[in-house]
Amino acid sequence: MYQTGNLVKELADKHGRQRENLMPILQDIVRKYNYLTDEAMVEVATELDISAAEVYGTASFYTFLDTQERGKNVIRVCKTITCSMKGKNDIIAALEDILKIKVGETTPDKMFTLVETNCIGWCHKAPAMLINDMPYTDLTPATVIDVVKGYMSK
Amino acid sequence: MENKGLSKVDLIFEEINAKEVLQKAFAMTGEEIIQQILASGLKGRGGAGFPTGLKWKYTAAEKEPEKYIVCNADEGEPGTFKDREILDKVAYKVYGGMAIAGKAMGARKGFIYLRGEYRFLLPQLYVELHKFHKMIKEIGYDFQIEYRMGSGAYICGEESALFESIEGFRGEPRNKPPYPTTSGLFSKPTSINNVETLVTAMMIIQMGGAEYVKLGTKDSRGSKVFSISGDTPIPGIFELELGMTVQEFVTEFGDGDTKAVQVGGASGFCVPRKRFTETIIGFEGVPTGGSMKLFNSSRSMYNVLHNYLEFFTEESCGQCTPCRVGCQQLLKGIEKVKKGEAKSTYLNELIKLADTMKVASKCGLGQSVGNAFRSIVENFREEVIY
Repeated sequence: MYQTGNLVKELADKHGRQRENLMPILQDIVRKYNYLTDEAMVEVATELDISAAEVYGTASFYTFLDTQERGKNVIRVCKTITCSMKGKNDIIAALEDILKIKVGETTPDKMFTLVETNCIGWCHKAPAMLINDMPYTDLTPATVIDVVKGYMSK
Repeated sequence: MENKGLSKVDLIFEEINAKEVLQKAFAMTGEEIIQQILASGLKGRGGAGFPTGLKWKYTAAEKEPEKYIVCNADEGEPGTFKDREILDKVAYKVYGGMAIAGKAMGARKGFIYLRGEYRFLLPQLYVELHKFHKMIKEIGYDFQIEYRMGSGAYICGEESALFESIEGFRGEPRNKPPYPTTSGLFSKPTSINNVETLVTAMMIIQMGGAEYVKLGTKDSRGSKVFSISGDTPIPGIFELELGMTVQEFVTEFGDGDTKAVQVGGASGFCVPRKRFTETIIGFEGVPTGGSMKLFNSSRSMYNVLHNYLEFFTEESCGQCTPCRVGCQQLLKGIEKVKKGEAKSTYLNELIKLADTMKVASKCGLGQSVGNAFRSIVENFREEVIY
């Protein structure tokens, strides 16, 4: 859980209060807090003067607009065919081992969430994953552990 | 059928003097620009292959003063990654293509819808955009571009779903007609073009439609950027002249043991080895938005199909029943046959279901699931059953 403070109002001031501004506002909240709480969605609805159901309905359509709690760093491992052929399962196993969580879970310290995702456009450098916005490609179980350790020490 | 063989081309990534090309374009009338694009035979590079010149012509013909040009950078088709490379390397040519399209149709505003997975590119894209706006101003032309981000929904690559998303709604495709050229973004006449299409349009203005038409074949003019992955020693992005056979492609990019090539991504067609020599990559044979995936004999085509069906089951927007339920049933169906819980003849029923989805689904997603399904099940039936 997080408190949005003035964030929603500031974002509405920045982007505007029309329906077309809904996505940029939700995207910015997720960039800051990693997911949308019910409270944040109600606040957005109030600012834009639309129903909370409209906000939830829109947010829940999009994979990256999470409405469940997510860690500070969201790891999305590509599971589509080329990454799958080139060793995605070994990457997942290495991540589950170092993070001590399963796919779909968040570490108890809320630092990492591990999920699988559909094609992220790095098939020629498979297997690949995103950590937040950043892509990591040509992964091996060894390199993926180095990458995650880098985030752990940040 | 015409066959051009395999030859590499360098149009898309070639560095050009954008200012000169834009000055040339802005000195032309809208009709003259459209005439060049029509003469080039350019068809949309996103996969659907609608003639670009016609799209611009229809949008130009609308009387409404407010019009938009939208660049579809929601590149989500499995196996496609060329638009990312184009934006990474030559974003200024994408912007230039949009301005030329704007001039052709009378649009002063453009939007680029970039998939959320490519957000890491955004800072450098804004740097380029700033330079572009400055240059346009120097030329004395008024055209503004804005970015809008996607948030991880494959369906938003469908043009009307993309509009819904920009407008702040769930990315659910609209009924057509009306087509975007009449009523698109914010219900205004809109031309929506793929990233590569816009860059190609700029190159056509530079070289002239008559010159561009020399590349490719009658049905597939020009060159195309291919995204090549899978079992190949040289995965990556290659610009090739259209009109080669799958065999010529495999000779260049295969690992010597290629048994199938999936052309056009999960929504495209699977070409088995026995059809390599007779199949042309292009609109006369197998069309592609650029995705080329090679599979060698170590791969199970059941696993490939299963992976695609999982993809579609998750990415179907759920709005129309044929697609929502159809995808789930196809997936369950092949699992049942594999486990021996259903007879192998059940596959024939599933093919009928895929055919029904083709005619009954609302948008291209549900309509094209049957492409991969039919071509994999028919050509690799044993692998799917046993």
